[in-house]
Amino acid sequence: MSVLVVSEHRRGELRDVSREAITAGRELADAQGGDLHVAVIGGDTDRFAEDLNREGVDAIHAVANGEEFDHNVYQSAVEALLETVDAETVVIPNSVNGLDYAPAVAEATDRSLVTDAIGFESDDGLTVTREMYGSKVETTVDVADDRFVLTVRGGEWAPAEGVGDATVESVDVDLPESGARVTGFEEVGGGDVDIADADVLVSVGRGIEEEENLELVEGLADALGATLSASRPIVDNGWLPKNRQVGQSGKVVTPDVYIAIGISGAVQHVAGMKGSDTIVAINTDPNAPIFDIADYGIVGDLFDVVPELVDEFA
Amino acid sequence: MKVLVTVKEVAEPDDDFAIEGTDIAASDLEYDLNEWDDYAVEAAVQLAEAGIADEVVAVTIGPERAEETIRMALAKGADRAVRVWDDAFEAGFADVAAKVTTLEAVVEAEEPDLVLGGVQAADTGFGATGVALAERIGFEHAAVVNDLEVDADGGVAHVHRELEGGVEELTEVDLPAVLTVQTGLNEPRYASLRGIRQAQRKEIDARDLADLGLSAADVESALTIASMYEPESESDAEIIEGDAGESASRLAEVLREKGVGA
Repeated sequence: MSVLVVSEHRRGELRDVSREAITAGRELADAQGGDLHVAVIGGDTDRFAEDLNREGVDAIHAVANGEEFDHNVYQSAVEALLETVDAETVVIPNSVNGLDYAPAVAEATDRSLVTDAIGFESDDGLTVTREMYGSKVETTVDVADDRFVLTVRGGEWAPAEGVGDATVESVDVDLPESGARVTGFEEVGGGDVDIADADVLVSVGRGIEEEENLELVEGLADALGATLSASRPIVDNGWLPKNRQVGQSGKVVTPDVYIAIGISGAVQHVAGMKGSDTIVAINTDPNAPIFDIADYGIVGDLFDVVPELVDEFA
Repeated sequence: MKVLVTVKEVAEPDDDFAIEGTDIAASDLEYDLNEWDDYAVEAAVQLAEAGIADEVVAVTIGPERAEETIRMALAKGADRAVRVWDDAFEAGFADVAAKVTTLEAVVEAEEPDLVLGGVQAADTGFGATGVALAERIGFEHAAVVNDLEVDADGGVAHVHRELEGGVEELTEVDLPAVLTVQTGLNEPRYASLRGIRQAQRKEIDARDLADLGLSAADVESALTIASMYEPESESDAEIIEGDAGESASRLAEVLREKGVGA
């Protein structure tokens, strides 16, 4: 049986997870002894198809329709391709856009759905590895279904390399009338400070507990000559503006030194700061995932440690 | 118009927890209203306060224990609640299709114009129920909404979808629709004492599958959790030991070596 991988692009660029999904798809196709089909939907399909033609890809199906993501187009195109391509398995990036149509495809085509896979084994039926409880544990999930949609987390598979000899064909898809229309895009998080430019970031998370406690980390940032940034909950609470947010939906930062204070290190946050040269973490929970990527860690109460640290630089 | 809010009671592990079989030991779990759903409840209540929604109904799939959580939604302003539970759900891990089948039956009974739910549940993190539900019941949908304006007369919701990397997509979604709500959409209120008192008198309609015209076979799950384990720490961090003063002093040394604060 074959595998269909759906690529993802935005604003004229293929997203990295597309080539990673090809690697995951190839593994599944090998286990099933089938072909690997890749769909590219919308945008500059010729250019994208060339970039997606990697080792192990057997066929690329290009659906030229619109410039940007539209879940109606994606769902219709994937369902149309599944009519012609003999694929039981569909692999889709686990992204904001992937999760805007993958569940609908699974539902409409009567396939089981497993999202946010970080690994799998498929020798004898599919067993997916994924996280639960906010990354505190991993689980293996047995899938009692030969037909499934799998969404794969970015950064977990190596991007497909090399140059393939895939056939490339254009596919026309009839689109049903859509009741959801994309009218534009908006950049958010502009303003006075660009945290991506900072050499040293003091970054604060949920562990700070109360808005008035922010003074503590502001004091540390001042003492160190650092810029203050934050994880998502601080910005959601309106305690700091959006332009201070580090992570998947905020800014990606790569400072010389990143000091994470009261940040547990959820995957969405780590995606935005793992490229920092030196990472320091202060957290009460010794199991917090932030320590997995930290170079230096203090397991302790930030309300005890930070004032002492400020004194050191006073 | 009528708004249905899907809420879930989620389990959060303590800092120290043990794994028993394929789940975390019950004694090491705390239960709470799912954070994302809290924002969905707030959005629904704001629509009611603005005179756009006539009724806000909260629905949950959860055991009796979950009544405490759903009562929080009532205390914050939902008018009434439906709680669905059945022995069939005790058997294992409900997959997306099983949840959708259950919620579909509730939607058929309630006939909402708008369904709001969180982007994902904090414990299982599938992030899929809302969009799959929309497909099943023939509603439009938008996932990961962080800005919402409902034009009830025009029959359309104007939303922003929060994409990765600080970009938002502006989309118009025709009603009826299912929207999955991202944290930060609004400022979820705390339940007032008055709200908590009123919630005690609000109705929580407990249903099992038979009440909804369903059977255990309808919610059979294709997924089984085969194992659960703590991920191997890949940490090669130098953990700085000592009391607060000692560890701060050592960290200061490290930072100075890196040229910080110079």
